Amino acid sequence: MAGVGESVSTQMGMHTEPLTGRDIKTKFTLENEGSFGYDFARDVDFNRRAEIDCADLEPTAINSKIRELMDSGHGSIVVRNPGAKHSLVVGILNRMNIIVDGSLGYFGCGLLDGPTVRISGRVGWSFGENMMAGVCVVEKNAGSTFGAALRGGDLVCKGSVGSRTGIDQKGGTILVGGDTGAFSGFMMQRGRMVVCGNAGKNLGDSMYDGTIFIGGEIQDLGVDAVPAELTDLDRAWLIRKLGMYELLPEQGVDHFTKIVAGKQLWSYDNLEPTEKKLVL
Amino acid sequence: MCGIAGLIYRDGARNIGAEMTAMLQALKHRGPDSTGFAMYGAPGPNEYILRFKVAEKEDLGGGGTKIHRAIAERKAAVDAVLEELGVDVMELDEPTEYSLRCRISYDGGLKALADRIEEVEGAEILSIGNALELIKDLGDAADVSGAYSLGGFTGTHGIGHTRMATESDVDIRSAHPYWAYPYNDIAVVHNGQITNYWLMRRQLEREGQRFVSDCDSELLAVYTAVNLEKGVTLEESLRRSIDEIDGVFTYLITTGNELGMAKDTMAAKPMVLYEADDLVALASEEVAIRAIIPHEIDTTDPYDEEVRVWQA
Repeated sequence: MAGVGESVSTQMGMHTEPLTGRDIKTKFTLENEGSFGYDFARDVDFNRRAEIDCADLEPTAINSKIRELMDSGHGSIVVRNPGAKHSLVVGILNRMNIIVDGSLGYFGCGLLDGPTVRISGRVGWSFGENMMAGVCVVEKNAGSTFGAALRGGDLVCKGSVGSRTGIDQKGGTILVGGDTGAFSGFMMQRGRMVVCGNAGKNLGDSMYDGTIFIGGEIQDLGVDAVPAELTDLDRAWLIRKLGMYELLPEQGVDHFTKIVAGKQLWSYDNLEPTEKKLVL
Repeated sequence: MCGIAGLIYRDGARNIGAEMTAMLQALKHRGPDSTGFAMYGAPGPNEYILRFKVAEKEDLGGGGTKIHRAIAERKAAVDAVLEELGVDVMELDEPTEYSLRCRISYDGGLKALADRIEEVEGAEILSIGNALELIKDLGDAADVSGAYSLGGFTGTHGIGHTRMATESDVDIRSAHPYWAYPYNDIAVVHNGQITNYWLMRRQLEREGQRFVSDCDSELLAVYTAVNLEKGVTLEESLRRSIDEIDGVFTYLITTGNELGMAKDTMAAKPMVLYEADDLVALASEEVAIRAIIPHEIDTTDPYDEEVRVWQA
């Protein structure tokens, strides 16, 4: 019998690709522990500005162009004529400014960590999915699953959003100027969601933790989502946060309903794996 | 995942052939296997448009001369059926060797006509309608539109589908949209899965309905047609479907003068809606709507259990 470490599967012809010559480099070392940035992030200058005309480009080419401009030090990029194309402005791990002059399709601005993005139009499904840090502001409406699995940063839609907003939200803040659809906050784990308008059915269904604030009517609450007292601290936070994005209602924030988890379904440990290690 | 799209003009006919082609081509990334159109032209009095095929496109590949002879024989057999039923064929087009379009005058029942044509081996009806013309074939929207000369199609409304084959074959038989056999002018496109499909199909078949595929989308067409025949409005039928049909779905359905939309209770399938004074356009992605309206527009995502109907 072959010993551990011998290439038995290769000898059997199961795969034949060479296992050497890869250029994957170690990204994180003990020396840079404690740094919240990425050593491999581009060194960009916010005062260096460039524009991309997306009219005749496919999504992959547009994202490549953004990276090329980042490589050459541009810290402010204007994306013109995006034409509601999908998967644009994704996976950017830099602090920088991106202005989208128009609308994005589905999976826009996913997997971001750091940039500030402003979108003058509308966005499609799963906008800002899994964003870790940064700010995204959408001036018009957004599709469903806005901010799915959001981990950090501020995700703002000044219009209305679709269903399942903030599904599986794990942190960060979602702010909506208009209404939100059914199952918003479904399986929410951490973070805050603020909706100035109405919420559809099953709000906060099966939420483990986190806080939802609704300014309008709530069609109904999901399983284990319960109303809670709006504290002075909540009011102060709402005024500050909504004010930052010009979403503060004229009548203030006293009318907001606060929803939290009843915690009857599951005793949820709300620590991230990395934090658990620190506590232990 | 497939892509669906629809549009309806509220103030008269336009070149919807070119517009539907542009919308569906923009959704090619959601399904490149086949593309289908259900479009509504100007209906003539006592006239129907009959669209049918007598072979699959792929049959031509390896069939040698035998398939060409079979196609000719099948066409002749359908001709004989039409003559026997007293159908007056006023216009005949053959956009491809295996598909035909006939403008006919006919006084009898559509079921009798459809059943007799489908008795011919290899003959499958795509649609019969006063205004409906259903065209579907392999390839993307530009391929199909080009092959069937749809670029100049004038009409008031239409729906379309780009298919990514999952369970069934890549062939015309499995392509969408689906006509509600044998009902006049009813067609459907659908995104999603209907989980009580067999239960409902069994019920409808026991009531005498006939299905021409095993695709769950067809159920929505037949279900709606049966409701309409009973005097139920399209809007009410769409509302009932949300209660009676299980699964996750968003679908568009058309009649001679209406376009309807329904979204299930979970709202799990995409739809983007644009409404203007003269035009309503819907699609799985906004990029399809932007293919016919290049400038920035305000669109919305319909919510769960939302039902809408627009008139041409």
